[in-house]
Amino acid sequence: MADWYEAHEHDVLVIGAGGAGMRAAIAAADAGVSVGLICKSLLGKAHTVMAEGGIAAALANVDPQDSWEVHFADTMRGGQIINDYRMVEIFAKEVPERVYELEQWGGLFDRTPDGRILQRPFGAHTYRRLCHVGDRTGLELIRTLQDKAIHTGVEVHMEVTLTRLLKDGDRIAGAFGYRREDGRFLLFRAKAVILATGGWGKAYKVTSNSWECTGDGCAMAYEAGAELMDMEMVQFHPTGMVWPPGVRGILVTEAVRGEGGVLRNAEGERFMERYDPKKMELSSRDVVARSIHKEVEAGRGTPHGGAYLDISHRGAEFIKKKLPSMYEQFLKLADIDITKSPMEVAPTIHYVMGGVRVEAGTGATTVPGLYAAGEVAAGLHGANRLGGNSLGDLLVFGKRAGEHASRYVRGLAAAPRTDDRQADEERRLLARPFEGDGGENPYQLHEDMQAIMGEDCGIARTGAKLSAGLEKIRALAARADRLHVSGSRLFNPAWHQCRDVQFMLELCEAILRSAIERQESRGAHWRLDFPDQSPEWGRKNMIVSRQDGQMRVTTRPVPPMPPELARLLETKA
Amino acid sequence: MAEQTFQIYRGDRTGGELETFQVPLTEGMVVLDAIHYIQAHLDGTLACRWNCKAAKCGSCSAEVNGRPRLMCKSRVDEFNGQPITVRPMKTFPLIKDLVTDVSWNYRVNKEIPPFTPPPGDRGPWKMYPEDVERLFEFRKCIECFLCQDVCHVLREHDGTDRYYGPRFMVRIAALEMHPKDTVSRAGLLHGRGGIGFCNITKCCEDVCPEHIHITDNAIIPLKERVADEHFDPWRALLRMFGGRREPRGT
Repeated sequence: MADWYEAHEHDVLVIGAGGAGMRAAIAAADAGVSVGLICKSLLGKAHTVMAEGGIAAALANVDPQDSWEVHFADTMRGGQIINDYRMVEIFAKEVPERVYELEQWGGLFDRTPDGRILQRPFGAHTYRRLCHVGDRTGLELIRTLQDKAIHTGVEVHMEVTLTRLLKDGDRIAGAFGYRREDGRFLLFRAKAVILATGGWGKAYKVTSNSWECTGDGCAMAYEAGAELMDMEMVQFHPTGMVWPPGVRGILVTEAVRGEGGVLRNAEGERFMERYDPKKMELSSRDVVARSIHKEVEAGRGTPHGGAYLDISHRGAEFIKKKLPSMYEQFLKLADIDITKSPMEVAPTIHYVMGGVRVEAGTGATTVPGLYAAGEVAAGLHGANRLGGNSLGDLLVFGKRAGEHASRYVRGLAAAPRTDDRQADEERRLLARPFEGDGGENPYQLHEDMQAIMGEDCGIARTGAKLSAGLEKIRALAARADRLHVSGSRLFNPAWHQCRDVQFMLELCEAILRSAIERQESRGAHWRLDFPDQSPEWGRKNMIVSRQDGQMRVTTRPVPPMPPELARLLETKA
Repeated sequence: MAEQTFQIYRGDRTGGELETFQVPLTEGMVVLDAIHYIQAHLDGTLACRWNCKAAKCGSCSAEVNGRPRLMCKSRVDEFNGQPITVRPMKTFPLIKDLVTDVSWNYRVNKEIPPFTPPPGDRGPWKMYPEDVERLFEFRKCIECFLCQDVCHVLREHDGTDRYYGPRFMVRIAALEMHPKDTVSRAGLLHGRGGIGFCNITKCCEDVCPEHIHITDNAIIPLKERVADEHFDPWRALLRMFGGRREPRGT
């Protein structure tokens, strides 16, 4: 064994310790295999913690008419029918069990007066469906899973960044990377790997995402030969903070609108009447985000280029109880008391619907032994995710990926072997920014990338801009070969940034190429030059894969729904 | 453009010192913005932890002008142009610059018996708002460990071997007061948890960014519980002759 890395061995290696990763780790450990859990940060800090509004599950505690069928139909419609219906069906049926299971593990939700889990309304959900606790549901979920995982025999590796999946022939054999604290290289041998690495909102400047959301898992999967799907579908959350500059993009939960918040333009008009008079503020996220954008473009924006979101009519006591962290966030960071004044909000990059293509029931990718769950996986949300559908996604598909990865491990005739040459290749790539002086600063490159994506691949897209963006991103990728950092590998943020930037550039290229191809407007993908939906494109998912070192974009037919499910969509919400 | 002076601790386990940086001021800037500016423009090797930048994850804990705080929530304009000093949390061993080794906290958490509902009680449960809402305060904890940093038992007396610290008193309170939990952690609190070492100076409450009433609502009720179970002679007799399990609830 080589001495230039530290080796670890697990049956199943879960990369990412947000909701999906932790749920997968628990499921795999329950299945009796040995499990390693990789956190890029400290345990319990993953981006799931920022989920505020709740978990959509058809418990029918508040609206007895609710059912999995209605949740299915809402989710398919929200995704503009390019979702994988099989995932949506599994999801809508299983979320309620996953919510009650959290409660069995000590999680606590707001209650109805008669002692059941309370549910709140949310955008494009027909009934009151979101199980929640104030506006910190993500924290509750992550803490509950964290406390469950550490008592289930999962071995946790904190502050570890993995940058390469190792393969034995076609199969997964492990992963390689480094520990942030001391820069030591780490090699994990594993029979199966579950990616639960979340999204890549950090490719954009105005985003609700944290530094971790750089798409490592998706890019590693792509480099390992897995197919990506629907990469053009990047969600703008309608309401991010806009002022002061340092907080631009930070999330303002949809629960503000769920609890009665009203959107107005600078002229005081409740402009959603123009765009979706039926659902108003609780229309789907793509619609609300576009509406705010159009108001600003028409010159009816607020002083900092957004819209006003007002909840003050609900009264101070109610707001402090149901939206405590929003109250605190605006008071401390923006000098606004939301119990008295409206907030200024504008769209912010929040979520990616696209990602690694997976098999609906198992989370298996196109690489044997590689699984994906949560935001990094594509298919459930189609062209637009509904608020509240992410936390359920993490739980349902995290559990399934954990179970199926364990089953795969059990069925293996022989353990795969790692190849030190693959690890050594990655080590060289990682070490390169310390050698020579290419002169490129990783922070500068990141900023340039964000500027390009914001400008050329934002909320309103055109073929010309997308093509220009693609050229610029490819030029940046060439510069990324000359990244340079100083200092040592001991907790060196500039060094950490280098590989993150390379991963994001790869994903930006995939987003742009897919966006160029899809010549229609659907969900989050709004093309000014193709403003309408096209029935032909509605039957296709976009596929990105690597062939002979080149990125290739193709399409696959959207799986057709069986008649009994298609019928559920016929009754118009 | 107006500038702000920052003095930031630079160093590792072998030692270190304050280094001065000039950072351009922007409207509404917080200390974490300044750290990011330094990393991007002045010194990319400056180490700090952060995640959400919205006071929800509890990663960017540090001591700003001597006070333990979240850097993402510390407005620069509070300091009226005076130099701002940023040091790592003192209670934990330094890794580099503003990053400390907080792994002890994770080891402590693992020692606490997890939530244990009655066997076979599979729910869905009925729990009334009044029974769970008092726990929300404890569940708000974002594990920034500022309370651990300021706790004099841990900070001044290096007491990590005898007291779990305020964070884990809050954690245990949330478990002990959960209407469906069946395990008593009073013995643990009395023993390894070291609740007796807390003498209620309330420094932890003072620095909590979530405004949790750590001493009043968590530690004092837990101390009462420990006193009931371990020091009440009547209960001791009851236990001796009755062999009955202690009633739950506070």
